[in-house]
Amino acid sequence: MKGGAPIRDPDRVEMTMLIQTNAEQIPDLISRCPELVIEMFRRMLLIREFDSRLPDLYTEGLVRGSSHASTGQEAVAVGACLALEPTDLITSTHRGHGHTIAKGGDVNRMMAELLGRATGYCKGKGGSMHIADFSIGMLGANGIVGAGIGIATGAALSASIRESKQVVLSFFGEGAVNQGIFLECGNLAAIWKLPLILLCENNQFAMSSRPTETCSTGEITQRASAFGIPSAKVDGMDVLAVHGAVANAALQARQGVGPTFIEAICYRYEGHFSGDTVKYRSKSEFGAWKEKDPLINLRNKLAAAGILSEQQAEDLAKEAKLRVDGALEFALASPFPPPEAAWEDLYA
Amino acid sequence: MPEQRSVTYSAALNEALQEEMRRDPTVFVMGEEVAVWGDGGGVFGVTKGLVEEFGPKRVRNTPISEEGIVATAVGAALTGLRPVVELMYGDFLTLAMDPLVNQAAKLRYMFGGQVQVPLVLRSNIGASGGKAAQHSQSLESWLMHVPGLKLVLPSTPYDAKGLLKTAIRDNNPVVFLEHKLLYFTRGPVPEEQDTIPFGQAMICRAGGSATVVATQAMLKMALTAADHLALEGIELEIIDPRTLVPLDINTIIESVRRTNRLLICHEAVERGGWAGEIAMQVLEHVFDYLDAPISRVCAKNLPVPYSTTLEEVVIPRIQEFISAVRMLVNGSNALESVFL
Repeated sequence: MKGGAPIRDPDRVEMTMLIQTNAEQIPDLISRCPELVIEMFRRMLLIREFDSRLPDLYTEGLVRGSSHASTGQEAVAVGACLALEPTDLITSTHRGHGHTIAKGGDVNRMMAELLGRATGYCKGKGGSMHIADFSIGMLGANGIVGAGIGIATGAALSASIRESKQVVLSFFGEGAVNQGIFLECGNLAAIWKLPLILLCENNQFAMSSRPTETCSTGEITQRASAFGIPSAKVDGMDVLAVHGAVANAALQARQGVGPTFIEAICYRYEGHFSGDTVKYRSKSEFGAWKEKDPLINLRNKLAAAGILSEQQAEDLAKEAKLRVDGALEFALASPFPPPEAAWEDLYA
Repeated sequence: MPEQRSVTYSAALNEALQEEMRRDPTVFVMGEEVAVWGDGGGVFGVTKGLVEEFGPKRVRNTPISEEGIVATAVGAALTGLRPVVELMYGDFLTLAMDPLVNQAAKLRYMFGGQVQVPLVLRSNIGASGGKAAQHSQSLESWLMHVPGLKLVLPSTPYDAKGLLKTAIRDNNPVVFLEHKLLYFTRGPVPEEQDTIPFGQAMICRAGGSATVVATQAMLKMALTAADHLALEGIELEIIDPRTLVPLDINTIIESVRRTNRLLICHEAVERGGWAGEIAMQVLEHVFDYLDAPISRVCAKNLPVPYSTTLEEVVIPRIQEFISAVRMLVNGSNALESVFL
């Protein structure tokens, strides 16, 4: 997945400098750059397929500890990562599989890591919550809520000092806006005008808590107003809306304008972790969100535009299934790390 | 013999920063007041003159946001730079524990060796002049407990300079804890002095009666006490480990083989302090060589209080140290004349 030239929106720079909050205002990316949108669909399918396997892998005992599925949130990961340059950087969360896949991660090494194998991204030392791929600018999932914001701010400071023109995007959940690190680093990024995009995935749940119960302002974007930085609220079930907002934010960041806050409204299909009984939400609520499913949403748009037939869509879904099957085979055929590997990569 | 150049501990640290920043453009300094306070250069003057030479891009004054500063340094260290962060007081480490302990110390290992974290976190420890409970702690034992952090406690201007240069060149996170009472003490630092390797203890005084392990202000106290004790015929061998991680336990063990007695002195509180770790390692290696139980002189298990009369209760004093040595060597606290 790493190989090949990145697909870019040829007209990206013509997009307005202002952050778009309204999906209708987004220029028609499907007609301008259909290959990019097809690639979005492909990566979203892969995330859906990959994370849909988690409950079974957990039940079968192949995945230990905590693993967190990002099904329902595919549009946020993919819309954001495909609005960035391949050399740009991201930080992720404990719910990070989608971000890694969206940035171009290798599902074989991801699955091997989930299964604790030596061929995994972290040689079996990280697991689901700690997948990283520095070769593609994925600076790591993180088991501490909000910690990625700090690392992203530092990476953005580094990009600024090195004058590398890189942009750094930090994914975090709406639960993280109640962490001190969000205040400290949002402020640092604003005063130093760092090339940082703070992308809040509001998936409606911090474990089981609703943002209405935990965020004093009600509107999460008001937290960004407190930093004096531009913010936007986008439909996180619409990959094109997310892409448009992030593309604009990235442009501003690269031009030295400073950080942007984006709230992407989405929905966590699974429970907090594999094994969560999800007693805190109703079936009707879940059903209503499923009506807005990001994959069906995009598939319908592509079909309406006449660039994706039903057969092609099914072929892409099958391709995703085969790739995850292959990843599972690769992982199951891989050895566990030998005990002596526990002593590797430590220096003190 | 040419005259030895003498500089303060603070100036020695400043030289190390200046030389490393000249040598390597990826090194930058960040912290509260590092470019502004007083005559410039932080509360203890360690970064004085750096902003004038290297500019505000590489000498960055920060808001009062300890967690944010250290977290930002971790991110910068992951992406090609070598941050040297100053936390104004070691007590403020408590505000930065996530980026230090869960991030900096873990990332290389947790990500399977994909990346290194060349970060230096400078701060200071120790009680001095009534700074009370929240500006006087010595929390180094906490950090020694965390795999993935190197831990340096320099005691002299010479060590301060050489060890800081080594810390900045290290590819892994180093916590570099200075001592407040030492900043304006002077000592020889030759012009040409370069790096000092980690994990090499210094025998500061040779002697055969007992081995003493101490750092920083407690080391100075032990050296002063040793002069008094020598008059009683007690010759202390005093060892400064200089780095607690990595720890040069061999130098301590070899000394104990010769002296058969060990006392450890630190300003961190006794309970859970690093004296216990050193004692245990010595027991594991040379139990048979010990002629007396290992002794320790440490801060009491109390917060550091403000008033002089109370602070003196908590922080080890020289009389207390001398009594402990006499007990260790003579089996009693009485001043034994060698002529009796």
